[in-house]
Amino acid sequence: MIDILLVVGAAIFGIGVYGALSQQSFVMIMMGLELMLNAALLVAITFWWASTGGNPAGQLLVIVILAVMAIEAAIGFALVTAVYRSRKADITEKLKKLRN
Amino acid sequence: MNPGPLSYFLVSAFGVGAVVSGWLVFRTDSMLRAAYWLMVSFVAVGAMLIVLDAQFLGLILILMMSGEMTIMAIFMILFMMNPAGLNPMTMVHQHRTSIIAGVGSFVVLAFVGVVAEFPDRPVPAGDATVALGEELLGRSMLVFESAGVALLAVMIGAIALAAKQGRFGDAYDGSQEPSIDVETEDRS
Repeated sequence: MIDILLVVGAAIFGIGVYGALSQQSFVMIMMGLELMLNAALLVAITFWWASTGGNPAGQLLVIVILAVMAIEAAIGFALVTAVYRSRKADITEKLKKLRN
Repeated sequence: MNPGPLSYFLVSAFGVGAVVSGWLVFRTDSMLRAAYWLMVSFVAVGAMLIVLDAQFLGLILILMMSGEMTIMAIFMILFMMNPAGLNPMTMVHQHRTSIIAGVGSFVVLAFVGVVAEFPDRPVPAGDATVALGEELLGRSMLVFESAGVALLAVMIGAIALAAKQGRFGDAYDGSQEPSIDVETEDRS
């Protein structure tokens, strides 16, 4: 079953890479990053389940990934708000130039 | 512990659901729907975690991501164009490069996952949640508390970044929408 789980994790990660690189909207880019972290979380639990003999430190790693996801979302939303206030920009193309 | 046929079925079904809903995030015309498709993907992964004997983490993931995606949906309505998906939406750049990077990373990671040999030491029968609780409140308490301190620092930083009254005055002062149409700018 570990094969199935790792292939699913790889597929979710690939979709996340596509989304983070292709999207113009800041929030859609964040969705791509979240998908990549989702895949990392699934693969971490897969290895904990299959290869660590139940060592709880493996689950602790997933809690750290969850904290990283929360931090990424909070700082991402704050940056989107700050950029919109200062530049009225909601897509990456509007931030190509530093002035005006 | 060897997984039974039911575990195989559930993991496969939730896995397909997680991948398909993850793909639909970038295929729907509505940003609001994109947020909820992402939530479906997270819920499917959370269900897989429950099947893999990580019940606590699976439920935490579902709970946390349901809240986060609801906040994300509110952001979509507040800031983004076309939240309802009434018009077709394609907001992409470097599309071919992105597809190559996504497919390439999938192929490489899936190849490693299928070909590589990993240690075969499955989780023993027992309550993994109890073991996690003892780990969190015992040997790894410092790591757990550090995550809490990091989240507190992020809350303070996010408020400072998003505050309307910024460090140098009103955040809207001098705000000007930049043009992305270079030809229009040159004519003017």
